[in-house]
Amino acid sequence: MQPEPEIYKSSSVLKKRLWRNKLLYVMLIPGVLYFIIFKYLPMYGLIISFQDYKPYKGIMGSDWVGMKHFSRLFTEPDFLNILVNTLVLFGMNILIYFPIPIILALMLNELQGTFFKRTFQSLFYIPHFLSWVIVVSISFVMVTMDGGIINELLSYFGFKQINFLLDPGWFRPMYIIQVIWREAGWGTIIYLASIAAIDPGLYEASRMDGAGRIRQVWHITLPAIRGVIITLFILKIGSVLDLGFEHVYLLLNSMNREVAEIIDTYVYTAGLRQGQFSYSTAIGFFKSIVGLIMVMSVNKLSKKMGEEGVY
Amino acid sequence: MVHDKTISSRIFSAINFTLLALIALITILPIMHVVAGSFTTTAELAANKFVLIPKVWSLEAYKYIFSTNTIFKAMGVSIGVTVIGTFFSLLITSLMAYALARRDLDGRKMVNFMVVFTMLFHGGMIPTFLVVKELGLIDTYASLILPSAISAFNMIILKTFFQNIPDGLEESAKIDGCNDFGILFRIVLPLSLPALATIGLFYAVTYWNTYMNAILYLDDSTKWPIQVLLRQIVVLASGMDHSATLDAAAPPPDQTIKMAVIVVATLPILCVYPFLQKHFAKGAMLGSMKG
Repeated sequence: MQPEPEIYKSSSVLKKRLWRNKLLYVMLIPGVLYFIIFKYLPMYGLIISFQDYKPYKGIMGSDWVGMKHFSRLFTEPDFLNILVNTLVLFGMNILIYFPIPIILALMLNELQGTFFKRTFQSLFYIPHFLSWVIVVSISFVMVTMDGGIINELLSYFGFKQINFLLDPGWFRPMYIIQVIWREAGWGTIIYLASIAAIDPGLYEASRMDGAGRIRQVWHITLPAIRGVIITLFILKIGSVLDLGFEHVYLLLNSMNREVAEIIDTYVYTAGLRQGQFSYSTAIGFFKSIVGLIMVMSVNKLSKKMGEEGVY
Repeated sequence: MVHDKTISSRIFSAINFTLLALIALITILPIMHVVAGSFTTTAELAANKFVLIPKVWSLEAYKYIFSTNTIFKAMGVSIGVTVIGTFFSLLITSLMAYALARRDLDGRKMVNFMVVFTMLFHGGMIPTFLVVKELGLIDTYASLILPSAISAFNMIILKTFFQNIPDGLEESAKIDGCNDFGILFRIVLPLSLPALATIGLFYAVTYWNTYMNAILYLDDSTKWPIQVLLRQIVVLASGMDHSATLDAAAPPPDQTIKMAVIVVATLPILCVYPFLQKHFAKGAMLGSMKG
């Protein structure tokens, strides 16, 4: 951008410009109102985590209690447990789920002929558009002991039937399988886009040098999408405590609570079911701050390593 | 892409293709199983276990679920919320995106930052619930739409798209006496139909899949959209919290009935998907590359 001439900075010219664009400001009103009301007012509402909030007294009238709810976080065994559960699921997301779309995109890219490539892609994208309720429902009718196909197969091959829905040991595997089934295909889009931008000349040259297909993937395609991988990794890290409420809430029941309760579901139960507004807001606050710190620091780190970063 | 014809390359291709075909099957078989299962009888399902094309066709399950008007009502709520919500979201998202796409707008950086910041930090579930409650939206259909009316991500995708429309078009419209609303509605939006279709699909899917807003803000079960009803019928009945189902005394519904409800809750997406498939891949790439 060029430095603006001094004359444009004078207030009368600014006023003129503001007035000329008045209709654009009118267009902004609904959007800005939305963000103020539904995004920034809740941020203001975070102050109830420093209060003993009583709905009938409101934010102005409730008593201030300082860090009481935050110190409770770190002494409550319940909280430690949900933190561990959250981190375990997050770890599974990073270690098991994260590489899968990359591998899938590399495989799709190696497919010769557009017809199959397109067909596979269209099929892989579908589950992303199904809600968690639908995904969980589909897997429930498949694994139920009440005639579900998986248990029927198990007994057909002479194994014991498994109560996948109530066995706490099956909660984590079911969770990650559902994540992979729903998201892996959709996750390839961004990688495929950046693979498409690679200069074909690089492949030509490497073939001249006698590189096989696997070597080409390793030495050309993969390095070329390194930046995108790192960017997505940062975003993923930033969402460390943010696994999404719906999915886990749907899988949660009184038998698997010990391993399935995560921060989001706990905030819902403690806050809205048991009415501990201030305490559960403090938990949510903690979560948001950790997320913000994580995104900012990993972003900084990636810039230091010479990558682009997210912002 | 690469067309070398060496043996090792062909073996590589064959293995690659087989694996991908297998993954495609894993992706699609569960859906087909449920769809086929919903169109057969309970006896047939019990005998054949895995059904892909029913030998005995039956609408029994659908007759059963539509025998009361609970499902009709829930479908109506979902359809209404999806249609109205998508239209409303597209409108206010376009207005905001267009204003922010105009480089001569003073203060756009500030508003932009305000939007992006909400993607990094938010007040969380309870404070948002309290705002919705204070606004008197509890137990209203508006609570399924307003709290998530604009997705910051979609807004940025659309803004990027608008920015790529040549300025010259707007200039000449202005000379012809068009104001900013005229430019947006007569020139920019018609030129942006692929982008609008993409964003519209994203919004429509989100509204159709609305679940969390419903369980947070709707206590009145007669207002439930189809997704919440689906959870009642399938998830709770399959788990063990039978006390939480609609009717504690009733036995859990048959498999075919559960499958039929899943199909009904999925149907609109499966119908729209083939038509908009091309658009959204393009749109999502646009968003992910430049967003």
